[in-house]
Amino acid sequence: MSVHLTAGFDDPARDGARAFRQVLDAMAHPGRIVALDGVVAPAPCSPAAAVVLLTLVDATTPLHLAGAHDCAALRDWVAFHTGAPLVDAAQASFALGRWDALGPLATYAQGSAEYPDRSATFIVEMHALQNDGARLTGPGIETQAFLSLPDMPALVENAARFPLGLDVLFTSGPRLAALPRSTKIGDC
Amino acid sequence: MTAAVVHGAPSRRPPTHPLREGAQVTRMSAYNFAYLDEATKRMLRRAILKALAIPGYQVPFSSREMPMPYGWGTGGVQVTAACLVPEDTLKVIDQGADDTTNAVSIRKFFQRVADVAVTDHTTQASIIQTRHRIPETPLLEGQILVFQVPIPEPLRFLEPREVETRTMHALEDYGLMQVRLYEDIARHGEIARAYAYPVRVEGRYIMDPSPIPKFDNPKLDMSPAVQLFGAGRECRIYALPPFTRVESLDFDDYPFTATKAAGQSCAICASAVSYLDEVVTDDAGGRMFVCSDTDYCAARVAAKQGDAA
Repeated sequence: MSVHLTAGFDDPARDGARAFRQVLDAMAHPGRIVALDGVVAPAPCSPAAAVVLLTLVDATTPLHLAGAHDCAALRDWVAFHTGAPLVDAAQASFALGRWDALGPLATYAQGSAEYPDRSATFIVEMHALQNDGARLTGPGIETQAFLSLPDMPALVENAARFPLGLDVLFTSGPRLAALPRSTKIGDC
Repeated sequence: MTAAVVHGAPSRRPPTHPLREGAQVTRMSAYNFAYLDEATKRMLRRAILKALAIPGYQVPFSSREMPMPYGWGTGGVQVTAACLVPEDTLKVIDQGADDTTNAVSIRKFFQRVADVAVTDHTTQASIIQTRHRIPETPLLEGQILVFQVPIPEPLRFLEPREVETRTMHALEDYGLMQVRLYEDIARHGEIARAYAYPVRVEGRYIMDPSPIPKFDNPKLDMSPAVQLFGAGRECRIYALPPFTRVESLDFDDYPFTATKAAGQSCAICASAVSYLDEVVTDDAGGRMFVCSDTDYCAARVAAKQGDAA
């Protein structure tokens, strides 16, 4: 174990429940930015991403750490707190990293026509999250929402594959927003 | 499905009956918060998020044995347990009523194992678990409605094989359902389905809205609340995010109509717009119609008494 090992939830059941409700709120309202804090993981993992890992990831969900997130300190932290198997992109249920490090979406599980739920979930670390940029419409959005996206063309293509495709959680510091595959991006 | 419910019984207790406010309910602190272990809750939570991302699609999940029989809402209870936070206020209804066996036992269960506040009032609840109704009072943004689902597959009675219905959903091959509705019209002159009336979600998946009366179907459409569906025996979770298009299946020349007891109004609160239960009152053919939603009915009676006083 490295010296970087930091604590998880103080009260796993209740903290995990509160964290999930924030993630649920974000996933049910694409583009909405929610607060997610209280856990410190080794750099470069953000507090929001650390909370998502503790809330959703465990020994049954293969995790891919991309780029700078694939460091010894974070691998140790993930192993200690979640026990998630660390795998290549193609095997991952969850993938954590910066957008550029995560690589092409096609590398990841997209689900099948019979089981579209069997697709990967991205946890994308952002420098900032703002309610401007791409226009979002679709389920969960009454009229329209806006969210700063890292790569419009790739995400438009992802949405076009509905009901297949990836679901994305964007994290930045203690903030999180979600972009499920059902959300339409831009004016299309 | 629940047996021996007495919904719609004319003798209604006021909504502040002490038995139902939990004064005597002791918290069972030997259990984990919300009963389920954390690994199970993570599995449920992952399924709920995928369900929200693919509205109307049934996500398989590893349903657990719960301390109540299948058919009493084990799917709904697991979804509620995965969503509950200590700050929640929980309402549980069974056919619209807060005071029937199923609703009382599930409410007490969560008071014991999660120590959450409970209420009968739709407007004060943050999570509402329901069996076969959507409250009359419009739901609000931020509320979560959890449905108990017996048979999640709308095509099941047309095609018994799971591998076939799964392929039909994958290929969007829903002709069989339209034929079934057409045959209803040919035989009965109308689409003869009063509850569990199939819907199309965002123009893609056909979904069973659980056995709510078709009167409630329009409330599914563009609801500001999050709607989650749990089928425990059948191991499926599905969801409608807020503001999702939900259309009841029909034909251009036989449009969907949300029906209720024609020309009747509630014998207690006189509402002419709520969904009504027919209650037999004697052996001589006597009957009355009362609101199925007890909170809606009691609130109207209280408001009238307030006006009179």
